Amino acid sequence: MAAMNIDKDLVAASATPLVLAILSEGESYGYAIIKRVAELSGGRLQWTDGMLYPLLHRLERNGLVKAFWGRSETGRQRKYYRLTSAGEAELERQRRQWQMVDRTMRGVWRAAIDPAEQPV
Amino acid sequence: MTDKPTLDERIGQWRQYLRRRQAVHSADIEELEDHLRAQIEALRAAGLDEDEAFLVGVKRLGDLDTLSREFAVEYSERLWKQLVASPGGAASSSAGRRDAAAAVGLAAAAAVAIKIPELFGLRISGPSADLSFYLRNLSLFVLPFLAVFFALKRGLARSKWPWLAVPFVAGGLVANIWPFGPESHTGVLTAIHLPIGLWLAVCYAYAGGLWRRQERRMNYVRFSGEWFIYYTLIALGGGVLMGLASFIFETIGLNPEKALAGWILPCGAMGAVIIAAWLVEHKQSVIENMAPVLTRLFTPLFTALLLVFVAAMVWTGGVIKVEREVLIGFDLLLVVVLGLLLYAISARDPQAPPGRFDMLQLLLVASALVVDSIALWAIAARISEFGFSPNRTAALGLNLLLFVNLAWSAVLTARFLAGRVPFARLERWQTAYLPAYAVWAWFVTALFPVIFKYQ
Repeated sequence: MAAMNIDKDLVAASATPLVLAILSEGESYGYAIIKRVAELSGGRLQWTDGMLYPLLHRLERNGLVKAFWGRSETGRQRKYYRLTSAGEAELERQRRQWQMVDRTMRGVWRAAIDPAEQPV
Repeated sequence: MTDKPTLDERIGQWRQYLRRRQAVHSADIEELEDHLRAQIEALRAAGLDEDEAFLVGVKRLGDLDTLSREFAVEYSERLWKQLVASPGGAASSSAGRRDAAAAVGLAAAAAVAIKIPELFGLRISGPSADLSFYLRNLSLFVLPFLAVFFALKRGLARSKWPWLAVPFVAGGLVANIWPFGPESHTGVLTAIHLPIGLWLAVCYAYAGGLWRRQERRMNYVRFSGEWFIYYTLIALGGGVLMGLASFIFETIGLNPEKALAGWILPCGAMGAVIIAAWLVEHKQSVIENMAPVLTRLFTPLFTALLLVFVAAMVWTGGVIKVEREVLIGFDLLLVVVLGLLLYAISARDPQAPPGRFDMLQLLLVASALVVDSIALWAIAARISEFGFSPNRTAALGLNLLLFVNLAWSAVLTARFLAGRVPFARLERWQTAYLPAYAVWAWFVTALFPVIFKYQ
């Protein structure tokens, strides 16, 4: 997954929680998920579109999402994905981890910018 | 610009290109196509024309190599899971488990089948063994199970199952009804050609009945090469196992030879045919296959060998000594060259422009043809002197069959290098030629004994 201005590893690491979170808003399909990612990140988080699919299939295999075939508005075959309860649990787990990382990073940023303001 | 491809045609081409990536399955392609079309619609709505929208959409999906690698990573994990048959896998692996169960069951059935004639007093090993019976019928004990394996796996329609049985019944009749003598040459020829005829007949089951489809045939060719490699590996392992078994049992004063030669070897050899086929089917979707790799490795070596041979022949002013085995030796040479050609073709990207490897291949085929023509010349002299025997006729027929294929392949390769014909022509020529081998194998199996009065 190539990012425009975000480090590659970071994009890869955030891909799973991001997809799970988008699916927690309701069932969706590949193209719409990509669009939603672009929307949420203001276009700064860019994926190579195709790479989403192996990821979705992996999530499906691990039972985090459920795939089913349906039809698009124009009647085309379309594969939809829906979050399972295991997926919700995983999302919650990942959310906590990311928040933890986020909190830690915030603390360390503050300390780096102004050593005097170190948290007590 | 009237013949500009339509959007559907371009997407069709793109799909075809993707389909060649074995890691990407057709359902995945379906899904990616939906994405591509949605993307194109959005881009067109934003004011791009059809061509631009298609190009941008394909570009955004990502480079196909990287994409299929991602799929292969995902798929190989799934594959590994199936191989170790982990409990509680996803629904996708239930088909894998069913295949595995079918393979093991059919392998066991083949292993049992080879022992059934012993109930009727036909020994498979030991001094009083009925070797000629077993040699003639060997393939009949296992290939029907292989055909059933593929018929099940491909979901062959019930109405087509009787067709599966036809070659096996015919083969069984020929191998056992013709009154071959104990030292019969035509009996040996039948023993050699029946497996080939039956193997080609299994293609019907492999293709799910759609054996006329060229790409199914090509897949069968690929399968055959991979199967051969797997079988060789299993045989090597089996050899080590038997060697060690005989060693450790002898240390405690037991001689396991009877069990090994009478049971382990025949049953294992039969079962391994099915297991190897199953393994090939399993591994099919991982990125690279083995046969094309070996092809790349050995094409230059064989070319060098043949060129040096031709040079040496010119240098010594030598003539090929026509011994009994010469014809068979040159048949083998052509078979190897054809194999190298076939697997290079099956692995090649037909869209790629002519390259250095194609030239090397042309050189290989051309030098093989030169060497073979010289040998044929010498042999023709011998035949005109001593007349036609069954062995000589069979070997000569095979030689001509291969010669025609390689000669036309050389012409097509040359024209492809000159940019006159697309690569697909070469592929089509090979798949269209497959029935010729089947016809010849069946002809030798069934009619040679009659023509040569079972001598």
